[in-house]
Amino acid sequence: MGASSARRIWGLVYRHLALYRRSWPRVLELMYWPVLQMVVWGFITAYLAGVQQNTATIAAGVLLGGVLLWEITLRSQMGFAISFLEEVWSRNLGHIFVSPLRPWEMVTGLAAMSVLRTVAAVLPAMLLAFMLYGFGVWKLGPVLVVFVSALMAMGWAVALAVTALILRHGAGAEALAWGVMFGIAPFAAVFYPVAVLPPWLQPVALSIPAAHVFEGMRAALIDGRIAWDHLAWAVALDGVWLALAAWIFLAQFHQARVRGALLNIGE
Amino acid sequence: METPALLVEGLTKTYTPGARPAVDGLSFTMPRGETWGLLGGNGAGKSTTIAMLLGLLVPSSGRVLALGHDMATDRFAALARMNFSSPYIALPHRLTVRENLRVYGHLYGVPEMERRIADLVAEFDLGDFADRPAGQLSAGQKTRVALAKALINTPALLLLDEPTASLDPDTGDWVRSALERYRAETGAAILLASHNMAEVERLCANVLMLKGGRVVDEGSPAALLAKYGRDDLEEVFLDIARGRERAEAL
Repeated sequence: MGASSARRIWGLVYRHLALYRRSWPRVLELMYWPVLQMVVWGFITAYLAGVQQNTATIAAGVLLGGVLLWEITLRSQMGFAISFLEEVWSRNLGHIFVSPLRPWEMVTGLAAMSVLRTVAAVLPAMLLAFMLYGFGVWKLGPVLVVFVSALMAMGWAVALAVTALILRHGAGAEALAWGVMFGIAPFAAVFYPVAVLPPWLQPVALSIPAAHVFEGMRAALIDGRIAWDHLAWAVALDGVWLALAAWIFLAQFHQARVRGALLNIGE
Repeated sequence: METPALLVEGLTKTYTPGARPAVDGLSFTMPRGETWGLLGGNGAGKSTTIAMLLGLLVPSSGRVLALGHDMATDRFAALARMNFSSPYIALPHRLTVRENLRVYGHLYGVPEMERRIADLVAEFDLGDFADRPAGQLSAGQKTRVALAKALINTPALLLLDEPTASLDPDTGDWVRSALERYRAETGAAILLASHNMAEVERLCANVLMLKGGRVVDEGSPAALLAKYGRDDLEEVFLDIARGRERAEAL
């Protein structure tokens, strides 16, 4: 990446940072849901682990780990897609697209914003989990870095596809930015193993990168081992998902240029 | 020899297969250092033309060379030296004027950006509200900010869509003076779409009259007035829009 590209990407990131600096409700909203989720699930797990049995304590760790790591996926996807929607809402896309900002630079800028938003959203929930329930997600060890990276990459892939739909259908598709991951969650084996699902549904679950991450998380928390096979699958599937999403995005971007939608994306 | 600011050949856009083209075989060569006007009624093809010149819209056929760069294959090289302003596209309204200018300063890779912003703030008299959110400004203030944004990279080619729409006469005159000054100082080419005939008469060296997606006439404002035997461009515009005979043909 050249210095010119880096500067254009920073321009896009600066635009969003300036927005957040000036809008405390947006910052509050970032942290609100992850913290709320952690409080609710924390009390549920505290109740389950009330008798201090080892099994219940491990189950509590699995649940809290699932909540935190799934929040990373969710916030990564929303951080990307909502940053794009901010441009739609402010009717600024016309200016962005007549600037020398390349599509891949825009995607990189949105991904950078997604990282920043995810950190701001999930860090308070992580600290809360440790302070209130004694659960430190970092206890997973260095493999946590791979888990987080794989989940964030999956979030970006979904967000790219959602952004492509917004390019195709305008702000009418914005509900997907908020809700699409909730539709994936039941098949992503966040709180239960893939084996719990009906046999015909298991191949669907195993095609989702997050399902392998959560299998890996359970292996680490319950058996104390690193499930390299699941990690490899997660990374490989992320590559496939990202490639597919990039293709959909570029195709829709081109179609938007053919239809003349870039100047007036809206409702 | 210096390449023209715009070389447009056979530019055509059909949105729906089989339908009448929105722009139909548009060709012109616009030199550097001049201001040209794009005139036409609603639906004449002005916005579609500007979108294709900016690379926002893929033509059905034909080509655009902007500052020597083919917009089909090399548009980002041209876009770095172009800019655009339209009252129908907003700047992020929660960001201050200065923050907005910084965003576009980065996007266009402006050297010595803070100095350039300070110059624009002084030139466009933005000082009193440079640190206020753009969404809190009046229409006139927003137009001045949009123009400052459009000049942030000192463009060699500036495209403007109705630059003085909804402005009071004083602010409109102020904007026109700023555009004249900019062109004279930098040698930039300016293409403006406008419904304000007095503005076009004052600013433009050449005018393209569009109707039904085609150039139905072109020339300097003085030449068009003589050709149609009219006293002002508004009457020429009405003659063309309503299909009246030209004075020379009578």
